[in-house]
Amino acid sequence: MQLNTPSSPHIHSGYQLSQLMQRVLLALLPAIVLYVLFFGWGIVVNILIAVVAALAFEALALLLRKRPLAPYLGDYSAVLTAVLLALALPPLAPWWLIVVATFFAIVFAKHLYGGLGYNPFNPAMIGYVVVLISFPREVTSWLPPEAVSGQVVSFIDALRASFTGILGNGIPPDTLSMATPLDHVKTQLTQNHAISEIITGNGIFGQLAGSGWEWINLAFMVGGIWLIYKKVIHWYIPVAMLGTLVLISGLFWLIDAERYASPLFHLLSGGAILGAFFIATDPVTASTTNRGRILYGIGIGLLVYIIRSWGGYPEGVAFAVLLMNMLAPTLDYYTQPRVFGRGR
Amino acid sequence: MLSAIIVLTLLATVFGLILGFAAIRFKVEGDPIVDQIDSLLPQTQCGQCTYPGCRPYAQAIANAEANINQCPPGGETTMLALADLLGVDPLPLGAEHQAEPEATVAFIIEDTCIGCTLCIQACPVDAILGAAKQMHTVIESECTGCELCIPPCPVDCIIMQPVKQETRNWKWPYPVQTLELRK
Amino acid sequence: MIRQLFRYKGGVKLSDHKQESSSQPIQKVTLPKRLILPLQQHIGAPASAIVSVGERVLKGQMIAKSDGHISAPVHASTSGRVVEITDFAIPHPSGLKAPCIVIESDGNDAWCDHRKPVDDCHHYTPEQIREHIRHAGVVGLGGAGFPSFLKLTVGSERVVETLILNGAECEPFISCDDRLMRERAEEIIKGLMVMQHALVAKACVIGVEENKPEAAAALRSAISALAVEVEVVEVPTLYPTGGEKQLIKILTNKEIPPKTLPIEKRVVVHNVGTAAAVYRAICLGEPLISRVITIAGAVKKPGNYEIPFGISAAQLLEQVGIEEESVERIIHGGPMMGFALNTLDVPLIKTSNCLLVTDPNTVPLRNKQLALACIRCGSCADVCPINLLPQQLYWHSRAKDFDKAQDYNLFDCIECGCCDYVCPSQIPLVQYFRFAKTSIWQAEQDKKQAELAKERHEFRQFRIEREKAEKKARHKAKAAKVAAKNVGADDKKKAIEEAMARVKAKKQQQEANVSASKTEPGDNT
Repeated sequence: MQLNTPSSPHIHSGYQLSQLMQRVLLALLPAIVLYVLFFGWGIVVNILIAVVAALAFEALALLLRKRPLAPYLGDYSAVLTAVLLALALPPLAPWWLIVVATFFAIVFAKHLYGGLGYNPFNPAMIGYVVVLISFPREVTSWLPPEAVSGQVVSFIDALRASFTGILGNGIPPDTLSMATPLDHVKTQLTQNHAISEIITGNGIFGQLAGSGWEWINLAFMVGGIWLIYKKVIHWYIPVAMLGTLVLISGLFWLIDAERYASPLFHLLSGGAILGAFFIATDPVTASTTNRGRILYGIGIGLLVYIIRSWGGYPEGVAFAVLLMNMLAPTLDYYTQPRVFGRGR
Repeated sequence: MLSAIIVLTLLATVFGLILGFAAIRFKVEGDPIVDQIDSLLPQTQCGQCTYPGCRPYAQAIANAEANINQCPPGGETTMLALADLLGVDPLPLGAEHQAEPEATVAFIIEDTCIGCTLCIQACPVDAILGAAKQMHTVIESECTGCELCIPPCPVDCIIMQPVKQETRNWKWPYPVQTLELRK
Repeated sequence: MIRQLFRYKGGVKLSDHKQESSSQPIQKVTLPKRLILPLQQHIGAPASAIVSVGERVLKGQMIAKSDGHISAPVHASTSGRVVEITDFAIPHPSGLKAPCIVIESDGNDAWCDHRKPVDDCHHYTPEQIREHIRHAGVVGLGGAGFPSFLKLTVGSERVVETLILNGAECEPFISCDDRLMRERAEEIIKGLMVMQHALVAKACVIGVEENKPEAAAALRSAISALAVEVEVVEVPTLYPTGGEKQLIKILTNKEIPPKTLPIEKRVVVHNVGTAAAVYRAICLGEPLISRVITIAGAVKKPGNYEIPFGISAAQLLEQVGIEEESVERIIHGGPMMGFALNTLDVPLIKTSNCLLVTDPNTVPLRNKQLALACIRCGSCADVCPINLLPQQLYWHSRAKDFDKAQDYNLFDCIECGCCDYVCPSQIPLVQYFRFAKTSIWQAEQDKKQAELAKERHEFRQFRIEREKAEKKARHKAKAAKVAAKNVGADDKKKAIEEAMARVKAKKQQQEANVSASKTEPGDNT
């Protein structure tokens, strides 16, 4: 009888990495559905291009690194990176933009550092920031909600726009594109307009914040809360990050509501919710102790507000996350939990 | 122009004096580097590093006359520890050196031994007992496995044996991960 | 009054799989012809054999005495003849061999006449009781095998507030303590009373996991029948509540720091099985020669069996019935902390609480060689009962950066396996930690060895130097003499004559002195 003698424990909960990633993807689904409802099919085309590119680059990198393909492609980590990246880029972005971003995310930010688990920086955010800096015009031209532009983007339209740069009826998407609510408020504020003046009468603003965005962000939040309930992520980072953002934006808003946008606007207009629940919580690059996670979340919240209010970019989630990624190992070291029986 | 040169020269002189004073006044009687190196070496005294013992090798490393990868009994662990101590890059071990050398001890085949005492004289740690014309024995717990006793033996009665594995000194193996192996 | 319970952080809920083995009463096994008794069945120094090959031994006769303070003697589990004293495979994760005494049974199972039952332990001092328990070879039967008398020793300045009996038995599949509590509750309580007397403990508490209500009920009825003051507390079913320090935390809210014994916090914990063994040692005068073991998993007759020590796993499994073809692994101990055996030809010993036979249908095992990358999800940290950061320990252990691993308190890890159990990447975390721990121990050992070698080498060099110096001195003296000779042969001759004359004179003088008086010292001039 041939007997194996591996180390204990001999049983396992059965919980798999791929399951974890699938749950995160599932949690993104409601927001994606709303995204399609408000902004048309562009996002779906983005996601498809990004996922295909990510899997291709992942396979290539694995082949070059002489690793088996099946277990690594099947862990859904590349898919998740691709979907997050697609969500960060504007719908109707040209295909090459998405491919370039995915390339940097998968090959540079992930595999050059040793693959999943070894990357110090969030791959999706690296990909996003690379194209943001390299192709600012393409990355900042967002579509307004269909209700505002009156332009319905079908799947075929979106596909054509992505590859030819022209929408169904011959108009290039650029002519349709508008600044995001955050971008708009920022530019208007620099021209000394008051908040109330900027928001009233402009179709891109809805009841709570950016039109359409408000509901998509709420859907992200629902997905995120489900992830917390399912114990896929911990509450520390989202609560700390969003709490900090609300507190600090609330403070400035109370001081001068005409020069500083409301907490609700900050929360629901940009990528704060997506960032808080899905990007900042990327376990590989975040802090891994509970106290560290709180500090990490606070840091991101602060940086997001600082970049949005006084920085050069209208949105700061990506930069804030990357900056805090750098700090994560240090935070981990200094926030080790009290070990059982020690230091009482 | 001139004033700048004068000012800078003056500053340099002043700082130089301060530094020189500090170097003398706050001199740290640290652990001499040779001792630190020596403490990392396995003390087998085998001479395989081409130096006559561990301390001379430590001295040679300290004087930058020897490389840190010349200690076969220490293997990779010692090389890395030395690299860490000296702040230099790790060097690859020679092809004939194993990363984790197997620990061995000398064993004298007592039937063959003629009691010549040559091995006793060769042993760097006095781990062989015996007298002239009498059978010799290796004190297993003292033997460092340096093999220096083997060449002098005229009747080839000394063999190296792996240190006996007991549950007491057993080590858990490093986990094998097939996914990380090269195909 | 309902005792307030506390909670330790972490832990995992496991499906307990105890039903199949706990539903049957404890069964006897047929005594095998040959028993292999390892000299080390406990933590500490191995016992040293006091019998020789060919000697006849009786059941309960001591065949190896404890060697040193932390050690335990071994007794013959049956009567027969010692046929061999040599190395055999023992139940150990390494699968290595260790010295054992082999007894060939004569089939009589005849007791030796050393038994001295004690009807009331209160007639003896705690020291006498302890010595008796020590002599009986009682060790912790929960799995670790720490000599029990040591845990029944209180320092003069210490007081034991709570004596806890551990009946938690939190590992899946194992039910030997459960059956013991159900069937021999009275023995356990009586043993507990002996322990209380030895420790002068103020209160006794028995912690039983909630999934064993019958055991708790049996203990309670035994307590009321014996009219003693013992509290039975049902503790939540959570792995690893059966860990000594975890159980103390739950029952008393005291946290025992690493590398300290519970007694420093005025608590002592013993396993329920140990209490029963103490009862047998004191009240029946029987040394520890048998125990109850759970056989579970892919066997025909799962259940609990009372085995004599030294029976081999093969002999026992033959009686229980296994299908060899489908067996994947045979685990000594539970599925969380036990180790797999590499052969069935190992004896079962004092620490053998379970043999778990696995095949793909009954116990789904994991293939740990297919671990994915750690994504630092922190699931391991969430379940760690010690509040460590296994993800960091893994990172450093894997890189063999043992100093860093110790910064993250590697040695506080109790190897319970919770982190491993939940890891979504299926990383064999515990094995990495074990590798790191044993590597550090080995490095320390090597360091000591190196120090010793250095000392000896330096002494040798000093000796050689000294010999050289002495030789040199001798040469010098000789050279001086030669030089003196060269200066003038006449002088030398003269000197010799003079010397001879002196010697002559001295001799005469001495003779004279000796004849004159023996007490007076001789005059040399």
